[in-house]
Amino acid sequence: MLYQREVLDTPQWWQGLDEMIASEREANPGAVQTALIPVLHYVQDRFGYIPPKSVNHVAQALGVPTSYVCGVASFYSYFSLEPRGAYTISVCQGTACFVRGSQAVLDEVCRQLKVSPGETTPDMVFTVSDSARCLGACGQAPVVMIDDDVYAHVQPQDVQGILTQYIAEARREMQTREELAEIDARSNHE
Amino acid sequence: MTATETLHQLKQAAKPHLALSPERPQLLVGIATCANAAGARRTRDRLVEELEAAGLADGVDLIQVGCVGRCSLEPLVEVRMPGEAPRMYTEVNEERAAQIVRQDIAGGKPIATWLLDGGATLGEPARATADVEPGEINLFTRDWQHVKFFARQLRIALRNVGRIDPESIDDYLAVGGYAALAKVLDSMTPDAVVQTLIDSKLRGRGGAGFPTGLKWKLTRAEEASPKYIICNADEGDPGAFMDRSTLEGDPHSVLEAMVIAGFAIGAEQGYVYVRAEYPLAIKRLKRAIEQARERGILGEDVLGTGFHFDIDLRLGAGAFVCGEETALIASIEGKRGMPRPRPPYPSVSGLWGKPTCINNVETLANIPAIILKGAEWFAGIGTEGSKGTKVFALAGNVNNTGLVEVPMGVTLRDIIFDLGGGVPEGREFKAAQTGGPSGGCLSAAYLDTPIDYDSLREAGAIMGSGGLIVMDDTSCMVDIAKFFLTFTQDESCGRCTPCREGTKRMLEILERITTGKGEERDFERLQRLCDVTARASLCGLGQTAANPVLSTLRHFRDEYEAHIFDHTCPAHVCRSLLHYEVDAERCVGCGLCRRVCPVHCIVGEPREAHTIDLEACTACGACFEACKFEAIVRR
Ligand SMILES: Cc1cc2nc3c(=O)[nH]c(=O)nc-3n(C[C@H](O)[C@H](O)[C@H](O)COP(=O)(O)O)c2cc1C
Ligand code: FES
Repeated sequence: MLYQREVLDTPQWWQGLDEMIASEREANPGAVQTALIPVLHYVQDRFGYIPPKSVNHVAQALGVPTSYVCGVASFYSYFSLEPRGAYTISVCQGTACFVRGSQAVLDEVCRQLKVSPGETTPDMVFTVSDSARCLGACGQAPVVMIDDDVYAHVQPQDVQGILTQYIAEARREMQTREELAEIDARSNHE
Repeated sequence: MTATETLHQLKQAAKPHLALSPERPQLLVGIATCANAAGARRTRDRLVEELEAAGLADGVDLIQVGCVGRCSLEPLVEVRMPGEAPRMYTEVNEERAAQIVRQDIAGGKPIATWLLDGGATLGEPARATADVEPGEINLFTRDWQHVKFFARQLRIALRNVGRIDPESIDDYLAVGGYAALAKVLDSMTPDAVVQTLIDSKLRGRGGAGFPTGLKWKLTRAEEASPKYIICNADEGDPGAFMDRSTLEGDPHSVLEAMVIAGFAIGAEQGYVYVRAEYPLAIKRLKRAIEQARERGILGEDVLGTGFHFDIDLRLGAGAFVCGEETALIASIEGKRGMPRPRPPYPSVSGLWGKPTCINNVETLANIPAIILKGAEWFAGIGTEGSKGTKVFALAGNVNNTGLVEVPMGVTLRDIIFDLGGGVPEGREFKAAQTGGPSGGCLSAAYLDTPIDYDSLREAGAIMGSGGLIVMDDTSCMVDIAKFFLTFTQDESCGRCTPCREGTKRMLEILERITTGKGEERDFERLQRLCDVTARASLCGLGQTAANPVLSTLRHFRDEYEAHIFDHTCPAHVCRSLLHYEVDAERCVGCGLCRRVCPVHCIVGEPREAHTIDLEACTACGACFEACKFEAIVRR
């Protein structure tokens, strides 16, 4: 999914977050902390990562120190405290995929995108995950997942073809965004 | 009104909405994570279009089901025509989908070559599932005895997976769902439920094999309240996917078992802790919970009996150690998922310090069947120390990858060669890995060992969750040991020193060995590290982290020796020990290797023998794969 992060950052969304925390508080009055991981999921689903501003917000709402929220968020590899690319590529490094040659696929992905596992391309289009462990489709190994799309039996020579679709989509999206920005600028002018 | 009567009313009300009906032509499409990777959603969409085009949209039902377990042939489409034996089409891409509708459904001529097992039907015509009586469960094998892959299985935990629409509680009710719960509520005391489980000798399927009945008994005996039930759906073992498949294909059976557990133990709240990597399982679980609440099966007044029990979901966040029960509990509490020393066990002090019973998905999925068919029936299946069946996830270098559920005590050979169809491309079987990062690798010498908890442990592996990865002669066993240590080292939470440091040091030694820098003393060092890490670590992660090393040392010592003494990797995997050369005799100078080389280290004029610059070569093997004249030699 392509995130237009500025657009996602709406007052309504923050209000939704507060409502969610309030209802968790009601459900588990003695143990509000249990809401922390669900809340972090909620934030990351929205922004693709956990922005610093949300860490403070969540810490306050739950009544725990900011360091505690950071500590929990950084413990779990699923959460990222740094912005991620529009698409996250996970080349499964589980046993079944490893035995079927997934290392060569990961090498090829990194070679094509000129990044190492765990890094994001400078144009913020792709993040290559360094923690993809078994996506549960072991019967189709080696498996590659890009956001929610799963590709089966991927060989190094298939990588370029798969990436191309996403690059094209990202480019289209960028263009639309620029055009919109231009229109906005013009209408503001008038 | 009794729970059974309430259930009967629910079933009557459900009849008009039932997806499964033997009176109507039906297409069952497997929609699960594995199937979707193979393109099942496109297949389904195409089937919809074609049925519409053929004017059959109203006459033929298209139903989504979970994965029947034959992953390598997905997408799978089962055709059920009234009065005919069901048949299953394999590898149904869009083109096949179109032809199936035109020739088989509309034209009445099945296409034998695309059917499972070259045209076999699956079994007898479907019975009226809606008429299955309570007490009778929908055991898969009874209907499906014609196809070898299914006939040798006994599907208890997976009884409904691939047979019903997992998003429809009505379908689950129709195949006898929630009848076990009604039976428990109407006619059993909590102690009787616990005793049934003890008598069934069911052992936990999450790895450790702890007797489930005993765990329930211990939690029941605690006085503190409230108590909690947790379903462990973290499924961290890379290579195991039976829990995912169960949750995607039959979520209600797990929920039903949790309510039964709540009644037996005296809990009113359950949690399913499911890993975030399983979006489809999460979606279907959420739906199942909602539907169960709507029907009054979860909530304040379970089946009208006044018993209350509810279930919530909690998502994991990519930490393997959270599969360990105390770490999982910490995670639900909103903390870093770190294990703590036991005792106290969760049955005494678990979630928020309260008595907590934590069971694995597959363990739970067995329970409604045990309640309905009785402890004796279940205890009559399997071996002396391990009763019932086990689901194995067959993956790696094996022809029929997928899920199989077989009675305990079948041999590895049965599973890998009979059900699994053996190793592809005529290669040689080398090892079977069971139990994931906590397990071990078994050599061909163990193919005829009956597998159960105890025999696997004796052989240096463990049952674990049932991941079974087949390796052929292209896998290097030292490299595999290194792979697992990389995993555990990375996933070690860092809380206790033996695990944090032990895994790191072991990994370093393995790295040395695989790069040709090993020494004879490394055997001793590894052995000692394994010993200390296993004995001194805090939780199961560290205690078992050495198993992949120990088992490969034990069964594949010759490969370690080849790396250390001869500086060779017999499987040609460890790059530092490999080098590639051009056989000048065979090379025709086509230049293909020069073009595929990612580091441009191959030179040569067209039509003349090429050469590889060994200094620059990274031993990636691209030239070796590409050469059409076998002119690249690997040493
Ligand atoms: C490192 C580690 C990881 C584990 N991962 C899982 C898991 O993914 N799923 C699971 O059911 N049990 C897992 N377990 C076992 C649980 O701690 C626990 O024994 C199990 O959930 C109990 O359920 P059972 O008795 O039904 O098997 C793991 C244990 C350890 C030490
Ligand atoms: S090992 Fe890759 S999907 Fe399971």
